[in-house]
Amino acid sequence: VHDDLKEMLDSNKDSLKLEAMKRIVAMMARGKNASDLFPAVVKNVACKNIEVKKLVYVYLVRYAEEQQDLALLSISTFQRGLKDPNQLIRASALRVLSSIRVTIIIPIMMLAIKDAASDMSPYVRKTAAHAIPKLYSLDPEQKEPLIEVIEKLLADKTTLVAGSVVMAFEGVCPERIDLIHKNYRKLCNLLIDVEEWGQVVIINMLTRYARTQFLNPNANEVLLEEGEEKEFYGSDEEEGKEEKVEKKKPYVMDPDHRLLLRNTKPLLQSRNAAVVMAVAQLYFHLAPKAEVGVTAKALVRLLRSHSEVQFVVLQNVATMSIKRKGMFETYLKSFYIRSTDPTQIKVLKLEVLTNLATETSISIILREFQTYIKSMDKDFVAATIQAIGRCATNIGEVRDTCLNGLVQLLSNRDELVVAESVVVIKKLLQMQPEQHSDIIKHMAKLIENIQVPMARASILWLIGEYCEHVPKIAPDVLRKMAKSFTSEEDIVKLQILNLAAKLYLTNSKQTKLLTQYVLNLAKYDQNYDIRDRARFIRQLIVPTDKGGALSKYAKKLFLALKPAPILESPFKDRDHFQLGSLSHLLNVKAGGYQELPDWPETAPDPSVRNVEVMDAVCCHGNCNSKRVGERSSGEERRTAKKTTEPRSESESEEEGKESSSESSESESESETESKEESEPDTEAKRNAKKKVGVSNGLELLKLFWHSRVLFVCILPCSAQTISPTFSSLKTYELLHRLTGEGLAVGYCFGRQPFVRDPHMVTVQIQFTNHMDTEARNLRVREPRLQSGMRIKEFPEIEVLPPGETVTTVMGIDFCDSTQAANFQLCTHTRKFCVSIQPPVGELMAPVFMLENEFKKEQGQLMGMNEIKETLVLGEACQSDYAIVQRVTAAANVGQVPCGSDQEYRFAGKTMTSNSLVLVTVITKRDRTAQLTVNCEKMVIGTMLVKDILHALSQ
Amino acid sequence: MIHSLFLVNSSGDIFLEKHWKSVVSRSVCDYFFEAQERASEPENVPPVIPTPHHYLISVLRHRIYFVAVIQSEVPPLFVIEFLHRVVDTFQDYFGVCTEAAIKDNVVVVYELLEEMLDNGFPLATESNILKELIKPPTILRTVVNTITGSTNVGEQLPTGQLSVVPWRRTGVKYTNNEAYFDVVEEIDAIIDKSGSTITAEIQGVIDACVKLSGMPDLTLSFMNPRLLDDVSFHPCVRFKRWEAERILSFIPPDGNFRLLSYHVSSQNLVAIPVYVKHNITFREGSSQGRFELTLGPKQTMGKAVESVLVSSQLPRGVLNVNLNPSQGTYTFDPVTKLLSWDVGKINPQKLPSLKGSMSLQAGASKPDENPTINIQFKIQQMAISGLKVNRLDMYGEKYKPFKGIKYMTKAGKFQVRT
Repeated sequence: VHDDLKEMLDSNKDSLKLEAMKRIVAMMARGKNASDLFPAVVKNVACKNIEVKKLVYVYLVRYAEEQQDLALLSISTFQRGLKDPNQLIRASALRVLSSIRVTIIIPIMMLAIKDAASDMSPYVRKTAAHAIPKLYSLDPEQKEPLIEVIEKLLADKTTLVAGSVVMAFEGVCPERIDLIHKNYRKLCNLLIDVEEWGQVVIINMLTRYARTQFLNPNANEVLLEEGEEKEFYGSDEEEGKEEKVEKKKPYVMDPDHRLLLRNTKPLLQSRNAAVVMAVAQLYFHLAPKAEVGVTAKALVRLLRSHSEVQFVVLQNVATMSIKRKGMFETYLKSFYIRSTDPTQIKVLKLEVLTNLATETSISIILREFQTYIKSMDKDFVAATIQAIGRCATNIGEVRDTCLNGLVQLLSNRDELVVAESVVVIKKLLQMQPEQHSDIIKHMAKLIENIQVPMARASILWLIGEYCEHVPKIAPDVLRKMAKSFTSEEDIVKLQILNLAAKLYLTNSKQTKLLTQYVLNLAKYDQNYDIRDRARFIRQLIVPTDKGGALSKYAKKLFLALKPAPILESPFKDRDHFQLGSLSHLLNVKAGGYQELPDWPETAPDPSVRNVEVMDAVCCHGNCNSKRVGERSSGEERRTAKKTTEPRSESESEEEGKESSSESSESESESETESKEESEPDTEAKRNAKKKVGVSNGLELLKLFWHSRVLFVCILPCSAQTISPTFSSLKTYELLHRLTGEGLAVGYCFGRQPFVRDPHMVTVQIQFTNHMDTEARNLRVREPRLQSGMRIKEFPEIEVLPPGETVTTVMGIDFCDSTQAANFQLCTHTRKFCVSIQPPVGELMAPVFMLENEFKKEQGQLMGMNEIKETLVLGEACQSDYAIVQRVTAAANVGQVPCGSDQEYRFAGKTMTSNSLVLVTVITKRDRTAQLTVNCEKMVIGTMLVKDILHALSQ
Repeated sequence: MIHSLFLVNSSGDIFLEKHWKSVVSRSVCDYFFEAQERASEPENVPPVIPTPHHYLISVLRHRIYFVAVIQSEVPPLFVIEFLHRVVDTFQDYFGVCTEAAIKDNVVVVYELLEEMLDNGFPLATESNILKELIKPPTILRTVVNTITGSTNVGEQLPTGQLSVVPWRRTGVKYTNNEAYFDVVEEIDAIIDKSGSTITAEIQGVIDACVKLSGMPDLTLSFMNPRLLDDVSFHPCVRFKRWEAERILSFIPPDGNFRLLSYHVSSQNLVAIPVYVKHNITFREGSSQGRFELTLGPKQTMGKAVESVLVSSQLPRGVLNVNLNPSQGTYTFDPVTKLLSWDVGKINPQKLPSLKGSMSLQAGASKPDENPTINIQFKIQQMAISGLKVNRLDMYGEKYKPFKGIKYMTKAGKFQVRT
């Protein structure tokens, strides 16, 4: 079999191999088994021809599971690929390797994923994120180590990775909500720039997250409902009241909750229906009632899309329209039905129209329904009749109108229409039978013509139930039915028995014999249910000598007042499933569905999300980073890209020198509100860009460099990229809450250029008010500074409500010394003397430079300016990542790309005097390392050595 | 997420399958076929079908069902939207998306599907990126490939995937730089028996065909942006700029794309460009019915109404029709009972009409229902909402592009109830 293909695959010609692979792929596409070619195909895994190679991959991934041993032959090729200098080849190797479902290579996969997760290319890291669920499904035992990788990748700051890693999170450990805390704000801010599919996954996850961390913004509404219930169960009443009093605190939305709502809203404009739906469900589940309405317009827009999209959207609108009727009221006409709509769409639109009907709109809705009844689509007509019934029960005013309309339908030529009407009328009549004996009479007449069993049964039930309203007709109907009893359907037979029993009880004189007759017929029926029923009824109603104790109560049993049926929407309460989910659509919990948690009673600690705030925007020196936050930054991206790509070394040398000196005033507005980072930043960039002018790439680059925070330009070639260093910022205490009498103040060094003055160190200050009253007029007074030191106070904070936290920024020029800056912190009532003392590592800013440039500079800072120390690396400080991380945490320096494995170089310059600070770490085999610091300022150099030494040997 | 994909043609044959995880037997499609049998019309097959171990999510396009197999919770719209994206990509690559085209290009299809999903999660869905990875087949290239043995797979590495403007290819070059924008508006309306409008709304799109070298940065502004009530953008549009200034600012993808879809604010009264006079009656006890239809223009602002097509689903009782069109041709399918009349252009001096009789089943009672009339038409050089583009500017490149903007109004779902 397939010998010709094998021959072609074995040949030397790529064209023959390609032809063979194409034919094999065609076989796979048709579902033909091509597994016997495995040995011949797998040989070509290292083929030079890129298309052959790709097709071999396709084949391999499909059949490796069945040919595990042979598949192993290909692994080494991929392992080689994982080390390739080109990021795309690394990524593709990982992608295929992780798709091969062969258990024996699990350790190799694990290793590859771990490596890739710290790859310098975000694209490779994205691929690593994709590989995580693959490995997990192959071996759930790997959960713990995989969670570690997920945790690491969640900290990634690039949009490319965000969607994929959240996908992995959802697949592997959706319950580990704690992993999200620190990344929550970053995810919110990145969201708009993530690709569409990632957006959907992130939004759905954040919906769940928010339900565990924030308070219900509609709590008051719920409280009211609950309150009523409590009163209903009288005994709990007091408890309820107490609770109410307790809860009456005014609701204040957590700023993080608001952040999520604000950052998802623009996505309602997405062209992708799934994204729009995701935002809509987020608003439905998380937003204050008054704000949910903004999503209606976008949802209605989706109704213009493909019919499958309409189908899903309408299902969700149906659920929403029960809870939040108001939001769709203005769009009523968008749900009008066209004769060309598929039936399943028509029925759903009908559902929505019914849910939206109110006293004011019911008349036009009913007019619409009248046209629908004339439709040729009979299933749809039946659904319309049901809908009319529901409108009639929900809105008392129109009950009679509806009933009359339905009665008219009883003379319709189409039997299905009549039958459906009968069923609905029966339900309506049950609500107020007294007034409608003429309708009952009318229906009694229908029994002769109507053949649909359900309708016949309904009529019989009606007559039986209300036989007192139609005393003359009822026995006659029973007479007719007795004649045709044997040829009736089972449900009809049961209702005949029912009718007979009820008539016997109310009018035994006329119907005694008839009833006996019917019961006898039923006694010998084929269906045991009917035989049973007959026996039961006979015992119950016919008095016997033994005096059945129950027969006294027969009348009560049969003619008890029956509650009218409630015609409810099938979509009622479906919102306990997360909207937009498969489970919601099917109204059944689908595998892997994550329950939407209930709101917590009291909010969990919001500070868990405090990532040393500016961290999110602080990537270090060399950070070739991709910009976050805002789509409109596209223009800058473009230029950023243009300038980075063709960059020559000489250019970059210049940048190194000048980088941070060029601070742009135009960024001045960008600061202050740390919570709203993304928006002002973009603003600032745009302004900055305008000033600098588009064409001057070098200038721009410097600017980007300076606001490095904002950009992550992905360098296309790995030689130029420097792995981003992620370090978290340490927070120091400025004022303890006890000393501060309830006001706690902390600070950290934001490591961001202070926009108003390039010589100043940015200090972020976070105030938390633990008092019961609000703090007012928070400001700085009377700075007592060493000569030369300068301070730029934060803008006065007018009010800080109790329990709130606010972050602000101030700038301090420390004059390149570690002397403390002392000042008074005032509130409207008190003042506190505080001081900020910078660690030496914070007195500098990273500088971007290349290796040869670094060496040149280092050559000029020898002798007295060079300090060398040997150290033993700490236990936890063995990996590249750890070393880089420790150094950059200790000092605000940027990593310099470096050719050797054992060397790490970092560069920075002091804030005030712009003196270069060069740090070199050379690791040796025996866990020791040599640390060299070159700096013109010897004091700084010495102190820095001490700090880094300490950091590395811990 | 998406485990497998099956392509099913209208006769119920699976003609392509692709798996992204472990293989799912094609017998899972039996559940789909069952649902297909139950459905009265092809478009009534439920898009989501639960089976004991899987869920089937399908879309119907070009008479092909794209059936995705899902194993666990995933937003259904996510899958549906993705499947439509797959169809769009096929259409983009092969010109048409038919069974024949897919079978002829099965290798390209496979390569595309491989790039579009990784482990069932969408990877590359931007047409610009895909085209860098896999070149679309052209006749010339196919010939060249067979002679030289070269391939469809891009030789260079697809840097676009790493780009910060992921929707645009890098290194685009044209000798003629041109940018065309089509403003196309559709009127959706339901007109009742008496000719009054029950509901009418205008939906519009701006489709672009941009062939510009390098990295052009375009801005497009409107004379009357307030008309736009609800908009959705291609990801290239800068949302903030729109929010602040009502200007569309974007780096366009290369080639054809939909820049914007919009909905015209419902406060504005919608001009209805055609009216219909109709008289369709059936008499009790007679086997004949009357059919009269006249079309006329109104509120067209002096523009001609063209490509008019009238169609109507007549009641089941109608056996045949004998009609006389004053212009154009009509057809009636006695099986589906679909009447369609290709009118062409409406001449205001001589209004087109279609008159005659319908023969009904003898002895059958008169049909209860009245047919609905669907109308299609086009009006060139006019956007019915009055939307006008003010300026189109290009920044970032030195050359002078050729720019063009075209307006058109069409009937969307335009129905007249009788």
